[in-house]
Amino acid sequence: MTIVLQQLFNALALGGVYALVALGLTLVYGVMRVPNFAHGGLYMLGAYLTYASLDRLGVGYVPALIIAALGVALLAALLERLIFYPLRDAPHVHPMIAAIGVLFFLEALISHPSVFGPDFKQIAEPLPGILNLGGVTLTWQRLLIIVASLLVMWGLNFFLKRTLTGATIEAMSQNREGARMVGINTNRVGMLTFAISGALAAVAAALVAPINAVTPAMGEVMNLKVFAIIILGGMGSVPGAIVGAFLLAFTEVFGGFYISLDFADLIGFTMLVIVLAIRPQGLFQRGT
Amino acid sequence: MNVNGAKRGKGLSVGRVIWPALFILAALVPLFSPSGYALDIGVNIMIWAMLAYGLNVMLGFTGLLPLAHAGFFGIGAYTVGILTLKVGWSFWLAWPVAVALCALVGLLLGLVAFRTKGDAFSIFTLGVGVIIMLVINKWDALTGGNDGLNGVMPPAGLEAFSKALGLKLSSGFYLLALVSLAVTVLVVARARYSTFGLSLIAIRGGEDLARSAGINVFTHKLRAMMLSTAIAGFAGGLYAVFVGFLGAAVTGPTTTFTVLLYLLVGGLGTLAGPLVGTAIIYSLTQTLKGLEDYQYIVFGPMLVLLVMFAPHGLAGLWARLRARLSARRAAPPAQTPDQTPDQSPDQSPDQTKEVNRA
Repeated sequence: MTIVLQQLFNALALGGVYALVALGLTLVYGVMRVPNFAHGGLYMLGAYLTYASLDRLGVGYVPALIIAALGVALLAALLERLIFYPLRDAPHVHPMIAAIGVLFFLEALISHPSVFGPDFKQIAEPLPGILNLGGVTLTWQRLLIIVASLLVMWGLNFFLKRTLTGATIEAMSQNREGARMVGINTNRVGMLTFAISGALAAVAAALVAPINAVTPAMGEVMNLKVFAIIILGGMGSVPGAIVGAFLLAFTEVFGGFYISLDFADLIGFTMLVIVLAIRPQGLFQRGT
Repeated sequence: MNVNGAKRGKGLSVGRVIWPALFILAALVPLFSPSGYALDIGVNIMIWAMLAYGLNVMLGFTGLLPLAHAGFFGIGAYTVGILTLKVGWSFWLAWPVAVALCALVGLLLGLVAFRTKGDAFSIFTLGVGVIIMLVINKWDALTGGNDGLNGVMPPAGLEAFSKALGLKLSSGFYLLALVSLAVTVLVVARARYSTFGLSLIAIRGGEDLARSAGINVFTHKLRAMMLSTAIAGFAGGLYAVFVGFLGAAVTGPTTTFTVLLYLLVGGLGTLAGPLVGTAIIYSLTQTLKGLEDYQYIVFGPMLVLLVMFAPHGLAGLWARLRARLSARRAAPPAQTPDQTPDQSPDQSPDQTKEVNRA
């Protein structure tokens, strides 16, 4: 029983990270209809910005997280202006290919020896140590991830549902033309959504970086997983992204535990293929 | 397939002279005893160009972006590797089996993947591509896992054949690759200008429209997928015997994207594009040796700039140039080439615009 509880906590932490990254991706898809393959690159960049702030600027963990979030948000907004906005009317494979170009550029740039190099970097846990809850051990960092990701999700939900700016994002993802007709500046909303999505990815990366090593390839792996998640949840759906994230995390953790750790990644993708074979539109159909 | 129909375009009749001439000239190259290095580059270009032709059938003709092609390349390569090394089959038997297997797996993938629409299709196939790579990487007993498959032998008789012509083995590989490429181009050209190919172009223009014209969209997409993956396996099988060593890395998404770049540079949906693009970018890569692992520092921005400013690639630029020249000659009714429906780069996916985004 304790083992199951232990795995449950691990899955919750993993799911929190997946959810943050997937939420950004699904928001951008909802608003811009762009499957942003560069998203994993932004996530990876967030981890490296956190590392650089800690290691080279010597600031604390929280300021490093904020620097990473702001830096990646800025870059994401810039990408929207320079690439995705001009491509908004192009055939849908074009922005996809451009995003792939950005992803591989970021990865190659970071792994170049004169930038960070191909070797992995490590970030010390800001809260070292273990919490013992009746036999179930939990690192403080995992607890931090669970709490922080839930807080961020709650904040995002508040922003989308309760503020005017947030409502414009929802409106635009429901109906672009309609949003424009009621006077929403769709241009600005697109940029804002990209910035938010970048910040979410960077926060997730900063949270998970002390547990996993920081490597240039981390974005590519995450990319595939969050895409699997948003396809599962229905592309553009916010609740779908959260449910999909935890579903994938639970499948990976428990599948890895009961079947084989070697095939943990494979289990996730196999689940995706099976779900799509049965329900091609994802678990949560989007009402557009 | 109705190849002799009246629908054959101008592109093909000119191509009927140029393509055979090109291949005959290329076949004469080994007579001038070029260096083994130059021949190897030639073989590499031809293998990757074949993969680009396979991708072109889907992306260029049908307008769908599948991202599992390196996986099919890998299935073809590993099938040849496993059948020749572990089962002891001859390459000449293993190669067609590999192609057939790729077509079959492509059919199975299509049956599931075509249930998803638009962007989800690309992402779904990307996931499948990763699964293929992971399976190859982890299934130690069959594929050698991380260590890969070592010592795939050159095809039986190829060395004797080269000797009989007074050539080295590298020239033999070069000729084999040339024949394979010629077969690929021929098959793709025939498919493109047949009723089947025209139906694919119609699907690219808009699936609902194609359906209302009486085209069975699902079946046509399945066939396009099978042709496309079979070509990928064909290229992969050749790669296996040429390189002699197989590792899982080459079957991953990075390979798919690199070939996508070749295709984009040359020109989507054209017959010459895949070969031209591969030849240019692959040769360029050889001069960027210092960047090797970091070539995407150059390639990444290149992909972005291409889709933004030259989405039709070199073929598109060439068509625009020709149109401008002929417009100057023919004066007043200066038409863009996009109006004539059967020239090659004309109906690039651009015209699908909003239809696909709906």
